Amino acid sequence: MYTTELQKNPRILPVSTEAAEQTVAFEARVAGDEYIEPKDWMPEAYRKTLVRQISQHAHSEIVGMLPESNWLTRAPSLRRKAILFAKVQDEGGHGLYLYAAAETLGTSRAEMIDALHDGRAKYSTIFNYPTMNWADIGAIGWLVDGAAIMNQVPLQRTSYGPYARAMVRICKEESFHQRQGFDIMLHMAKGTAEQKAMAQDALNRWWWPSLMMFGPPDDNSPNSAQSMRWRIKRETNDEIRQKFIDATVPQAALLGLTLPDPDLKWNDAKGGHDFGAIDWEEFNAVVRGEGPCALERISARRTAWDDGAWVRDAADSYAAKQSSKKAA
Amino acid sequence: MERALYDYLLRRGDDSLILSQRLSEWCGHAPTIEVDLSLANLGLDLLGQATLFLDYAASMNADVHNADALAFHRDAAEFRNCLLVEQPNGDFAQTIVRQFLYSTWQKMLFDRLAFSKDPTVAAIAAKAVKEISYHADLSADWMIRLGGGTDESNRRLKAGVEWMWRLVPELLVADEIDNELITKDIAPDPASFETDFMTKIAEVFAEAGLDVSPLPRNFASGRRGYHSEHLGHLLCTMQYLPRAYPDAQW
Amino acid sequence: MSSDWPLWEVFIRVRGGLSHRHAGSVHAPDGEMAMRHARDTYTRRMEGVSLWVIQSNDIIASDPADSSALFEPAQDKIYRHPTFYALPTEVEHM
Repeated sequence: MYTTELQKNPRILPVSTEAAEQTVAFEARVAGDEYIEPKDWMPEAYRKTLVRQISQHAHSEIVGMLPESNWLTRAPSLRRKAILFAKVQDEGGHGLYLYAAAETLGTSRAEMIDALHDGRAKYSTIFNYPTMNWADIGAIGWLVDGAAIMNQVPLQRTSYGPYARAMVRICKEESFHQRQGFDIMLHMAKGTAEQKAMAQDALNRWWWPSLMMFGPPDDNSPNSAQSMRWRIKRETNDEIRQKFIDATVPQAALLGLTLPDPDLKWNDAKGGHDFGAIDWEEFNAVVRGEGPCALERISARRTAWDDGAWVRDAADSYAAKQSSKKAA
Repeated sequence: MERALYDYLLRRGDDSLILSQRLSEWCGHAPTIEVDLSLANLGLDLLGQATLFLDYAASMNADVHNADALAFHRDAAEFRNCLLVEQPNGDFAQTIVRQFLYSTWQKMLFDRLAFSKDPTVAAIAAKAVKEISYHADLSADWMIRLGGGTDESNRRLKAGVEWMWRLVPELLVADEIDNELITKDIAPDPASFETDFMTKIAEVFAEAGLDVSPLPRNFASGRRGYHSEHLGHLLCTMQYLPRAYPDAQW
Repeated sequence: MSSDWPLWEVFIRVRGGLSHRHAGSVHAPDGEMAMRHARDTYTRRMEGVSLWVIQSNDIIASDPADSSALFEPAQDKIYRHPTFYALPTEVEHM
């Protein structure tokens, strides 16, 4: 799962001549499709932007476990339980890979986690919505992971080596996530009347937040140009949103479900669908931390981390005793 | 239907299913991401074992369609798991004690079950024993770290042992179902590895700085459907959807 | 700041005959747990048959600033490569 850029880029400060020369060389390397590796020289703004983007992405994976694990103990068959268990575990792994990629930029996982817990760091707005029925698990896989894949595939060639390599592993592992979600939706949509109602209800609630996942419209996303030049963003928010809608419309039709947008229709001239206005006020409120489950999500993460402190300390303390024993 | 074998399969399947369900409660809430992944691996292994045993049991009973029917449409009194696996997660120490005691016992049982005269049971056990071997080692590693870590972890580990210890004797009981299968060489006699089991426990407890108390009198008989108060609540959650919508396919 | 375990680097041998290759990192309190975490994180899809873990701090890496001194002198030693030598056409394989 992914998060879009939610915070402003850091201000770019005036630089010395030497740094200016290095910057020119750096920009040339990035423009030449070279990879930047951890110990290479890089502009401070590049480093900061990456730390923020990768850690937001990592936070989204970890927080994203929560709405799904909400249904793990209630998965309706052994097969569905195994699939969901493996999937949520994957999200944890992806958070781990991404934190590790960010750590190569000189931050630590504990610092990033603290920033999440005290509200300095953001994560994808989508995970602040509740999972109310089992079809929500289908809708998350189908729509949210579907949206994530579109954004993540191009990031496999992002300019920062550790981030690109993490994305390669993540994309490989996530290939089943969207399919399992669609498979749940398919069973629900073709199931009993009650199941179909759950599926439609889930789609109604997840559709608009999924479109918001791609971030604000391009004319209100001033930092895109620099991120595109640095290859830490490969397509604009609106381009990728359009692509997602065009891919999803026929899938919804196949399910026999209705997308909750009366303005949605094919536009021959643009070769894509027109769609209704997205409620950016809602998006901004969720970004500000006012989403319906924002408090639940952060509270659950804090509790897990704080309750785990004695476990981490115990293992550290044991390791220290063992190595001093060895040294003696 | 061979009643004894059927019941035995439920015992094995239910142990794994219920323990897996408990481990899934940790998902997203463990002390670190790495531990979250470890616990999920354990849970997934156990869920796989449960599915194999319950599918086999279902194949013997014309009244049940498949493993799901057994997992989601039996009430607590029809579950045949031991009381140890249904205990609440508590803190991480309590979870680890439960895992260590169960996996250590399960490993020794399955080592022998892999030579069962029943070829399906033998095949399931042979596959599972590799998984369980890892569970036993991982949980023993954690026992030792928590026991020898800080004062707090040592105290919490002791509390975990205190909670779980009373449920160990149930693992060592052989009843008429076991006895029938022991005679047929389908199942091993738990008495045959009781000494090994207690030795292993003593070894790890010693390394973790724990005393081994004498085993108390056994009050538990989950194998006959008498459970702790915890199982009913676990099933309420686990079985809610298939019971609320009995006609639905998921 | 809250505490976390040290960082370890994980290397996996994908199958017999291949060398170990860097797969990623884990946090762990000691080598034994690092090995378990590596197994639980990086081999869930049969990705390997052997693992190495090493604490990240113990890796000594070359400095990119020294790259020209370290790696460029090899550029003109073309006689180290078989293609440098022209063989008579009669010699088919060597």
